[in-house]
Amino acid sequence: MLAWFLLLCVQLMFSWICASELTFELPDNAKQCFYEDIIIGTKCTLEFQVVTGGHYDVDCRLEDPDGMVLYKEMKKQYDSFTFTASRNGTFKFCFSNEFSTFTHKTVYFDFQVGDDPPLFPNENRVTALTQMESACVSIHEALKSVIDYQTHFRLREAQGRSRAEDLNTRVAFWSIGEAFILLVVSISQVLLLRSFFSDKKTTTTRVGS
Amino acid sequence: MEMKAVVFCTGLMLLFAWLSPSQALYFHIGETEKKCFIEEIPDETMVIGRYRTQLWDKQAGSFLPSTPGLGMHVEIKDPDAKIILSRQYGSDGRFTFTSHTPGEHQICLHSNSSKMALFAGGKLRVHLDIQVGEHTNNYPEIAAKDKLTELQLRVRQLLDQVEQIQKEQNYQRYREERFRMTSESTNQRVLWWSIAQTIILIITGIWQMRHLKSFFEAKKLV
Repeated sequence: MLAWFLLLCVQLMFSWICASELTFELPDNAKQCFYEDIIIGTKCTLEFQVVTGGHYDVDCRLEDPDGMVLYKEMKKQYDSFTFTASRNGTFKFCFSNEFSTFTHKTVYFDFQVGDDPPLFPNENRVTALTQMESACVSIHEALKSVIDYQTHFRLREAQGRSRAEDLNTRVAFWSIGEAFILLVVSISQVLLLRSFFSDKKTTTTRVGS
Repeated sequence: MEMKAVVFCTGLMLLFAWLSPSQALYFHIGETEKKCFIEEIPDETMVIGRYRTQLWDKQAGSFLPSTPGLGMHVEIKDPDAKIILSRQYGSDGRFTFTSHTPGEHQICLHSNSSKMALFAGGKLRVHLDIQVGEHTNNYPEIAAKDKLTELQLRVRQLLDQVEQIQKEQNYQRYREERFRMTSESTNQRVLWWSIAQTIILIITGIWQMRHLKSFFEAKKLV
């Protein structure tokens, strides 16, 4: 009875998980910081990708509770960083778009803390997993990585699609603009030439007489 | 001795249970600032969002553990910019929605509590956790409800994951079609506008020559 209870407590302690995946818009000259309380010894992974905006780059910075910089990259499009928490406390990571004057960026990040929670939190596991169960576990891990790849593919595709739509509107806008400018310039050329010859006629007659 | 261990463990459990909500990611927002998050999801996908707010106490110089009376307004828009959820929640809230059209959904949060006016220049700490699709399933609950063995539960989890992958693939097909349509539209536009501009150029050239010729003939210069 006590052993079961102790095991439950231990499981609860180590099922300290968190996987946060967010996509947000970062306006120009802005900085957005996120904080997380992490226990010592937890393996964490921070992954980010810029989805739309400008040159698709952002500054990223990860600090530990003492303010020591664990990861700092300027103008990166996507990256993944794994670290083990060296002490208890609040870890902070910031995305900065301060170098940009008027483009705002859409940034996706995935912050994984620790492992996944066990499926049966109340179960006390005294025997090893059966073959079926370990097969299920490995399929689960494989499917997780499939979903992860799908997410990254979707973000890349969103990037390409936003560029294509932008190109589409720009082509229409500039084509109409150019046609209009063409008409305006050719008509004004003719009018200008006409005005030269209208004035010159009077000056030549004056010079003649 | 056994009693002490049990009490210690219970205490530890309660400590972690209490800390659990604050375990999620958090960020700071200003008083009237609106913070939006984008979720690009396929259709018929459930999304559960949980948040917890803490107000900055100027006198204490720290964040209050909980502030009753503080409200957050949650607004969710679908890909067609139509509002599908617009509700005021308390300082701790949980919102759920299921997408009916695939695409980019926008989840916006802002506080409009009158209490904030008292704390001028107040900062708000928001703990947020958004779970999408398969992650919304509560497996212990499903196991208890359907009385599944461990193996059955694991297989159920795999089935849910595969379903999510299938939905995402469908959505991917829909997106690719949109992308293809956009590219073809650009291609058409480039083609037709180039032809149109060339025609305009030729016509204006001809018109200019004819007009000037008749103008000079009229002026008896030619």
